[in-house]
Amino acid sequence: MAHAQEVSAVGQKTTLRSKAGRRFFRKIVVPWLFIMPIFIIHLIVVAGPSLSAFYYSLTEWSGLGEAEFIGLENFRELIFEDMTYRRALRNNLVWLSFFITVPFILALVTAGFLAQVRRGSMFFRTALFIPYILPSVIVASIWRNLLSPSVGIGGQLAKAGVEGADIAFLGNTKLALLAIAFVDNWHFWGFLMVLFLAAMQSIPVDLYDAAKIDGANRWQEFWNVTIPGIRPTLAFMLMMVAVWSFLVFEYVWLLTQGGPAGASEVLGTMIFKQAFNRFEAGYAAAIGLTMSLFAVMIIGLFTFLRRRGWEI
Amino acid sequence: MNLLGQRRQTSLAPNYIILGLLLLFALCPLVILGFNSVKSNIDIAQNPLGPPRALHLENYPTAWEVGGFANTTLNSVYLVVSTVAGVLMLGGLAAYSLARLNPPGSNLFMLYMLGGSTLPIWLFLVPLFFLWRTLGLYNTLYGLTIIYIALNSPLAVFLLRSYMLSLPADFEDAARVDGANELQVFFRIVLPLSWPGFLTVGLVVALGVWSEFQIALIFVNDPKLFPVTTSYYQFTSRFTRDWALTSAAAVMMILPILIIFLALQRRFIEGLTQGGLRA
Repeated sequence: MAHAQEVSAVGQKTTLRSKAGRRFFRKIVVPWLFIMPIFIIHLIVVAGPSLSAFYYSLTEWSGLGEAEFIGLENFRELIFEDMTYRRALRNNLVWLSFFITVPFILALVTAGFLAQVRRGSMFFRTALFIPYILPSVIVASIWRNLLSPSVGIGGQLAKAGVEGADIAFLGNTKLALLAIAFVDNWHFWGFLMVLFLAAMQSIPVDLYDAAKIDGANRWQEFWNVTIPGIRPTLAFMLMMVAVWSFLVFEYVWLLTQGGPAGASEVLGTMIFKQAFNRFEAGYAAAIGLTMSLFAVMIIGLFTFLRRRGWEI
Repeated sequence: MNLLGQRRQTSLAPNYIILGLLLLFALCPLVILGFNSVKSNIDIAQNPLGPPRALHLENYPTAWEVGGFANTTLNSVYLVVSTVAGVLMLGGLAAYSLARLNPPGSNLFMLYMLGGSTLPIWLFLVPLFFLWRTLGLYNTLYGLTIIYIALNSPLAVFLLRSYMLSLPADFEDAARVDGANELQVFFRIVLPLSWPGFLTVGLVVALGVWSEFQIALIFVNDPKLFPVTTSYYQFTSRFTRDWALTSAAAVMMILPILIIFLALQRRFIEGLTQGGLRA
């Protein structure tokens, strides 16, 4: 009898232990095993190289072999000596001011008009979204031709008698950057418009009815009901577009590669050339780090304004 | 009421005029592209923007041949299929764990993914390039696939997680009572129930990979391995003057996207606007 009790106590102990073990396995090991594969891939591709960029930005490194530690030398050269960096940064700021105004105005006005329309609303939404789904290489090649002074729109206008219309937009140092921004915007603004439209459609109808009763005209309605109604979306997209405008690369590379004579150089094309044409990987990492700093500053500015009570 | 209704109707005319003009702005370049894809080069030189005078459909087979599309399409299809499969599989497992199993520390993981998805790509691209070269992953399609999977995983994890959270857990509980393990629950219950979420993510990721240029430009250097985008870029720089051929090639590249987009546009727009934070 006593013996039997002992046995069962031992048995209970082992089942208890294995129960705790199974619990641990089911509640912690299995769930993390499910997360691990994607986590590891993301760490290898994004987190690891991002952290090592901090180190490489302090080195002279060709990408092959040992990196030579040179302290803040790269940053000193960037800030005080490199005229290309200065021009690229200025172009990024031009790009930023273009993209936080032109596509936003275009998208807000269009979404405002489209939100009032019933018939054909889906058709317009879909059609205006189409440029956004096209690959950048195609958009660039279409517009390279349309902007050409010989076969493009300007060239045809000149042939038809409009004097001086055959401008080489992409070959002109004053116009190249704006022409690229125009092309990127042609591709991008429909996305913004669809986002704003979705936000506008979730504004309660009573607000518009109330505004009508108060005798508001269309413009007052738009300014006092629609804009406040979509403010969270608007503010978030302003922040994201500002951050993205420091990363721009594809359209500049495809249309001018930063030319003519560096007129459309941006930080992205500069990093590409430094890292993959000149093999100045340490210097390129330093530029990438300053670019990230600008992104952090923009996000910091928005967070600060929100803390100060701005409703964004 | 009648008066109001009438006023509304007449006041919509300016809306349609402006929307119509914007429609022309958005679609005219594509119509011109379609026109030029079936013109001869002589026709283009005289009449670059108008409709074709005669149909030159042979531009298409010529562009397919000269542009090496047989090979590059295969490369792109490989990239799209393996990235979508990898993202859905691995992202789906992680999303399921986050939505249902709530392991300790999962909030930190989500915070990490959110932060990682806002990092500027130029911060890690340069060190990643040299890491890939050291690991022998540079100039390989699977090396490119791994990068695409990583960059698309935050979108997949967040979108799939929120989709799974919107589903009732009853079926999963029933399956567990019947003795199914978590992997079986995932494959037999969760996957079949959340297919609309998987489809949305799959479409967005497929579109992104098919159109991707910047990373492919940096990480693949061998023309035999070029996807359609970098190959098209090379093609247009070799045949700058041949607008007919490059237009035909462009139409071949975007036609599949356009057809799938128009067929499934609600899902596309939903996926791209909810999580597709790409410029």
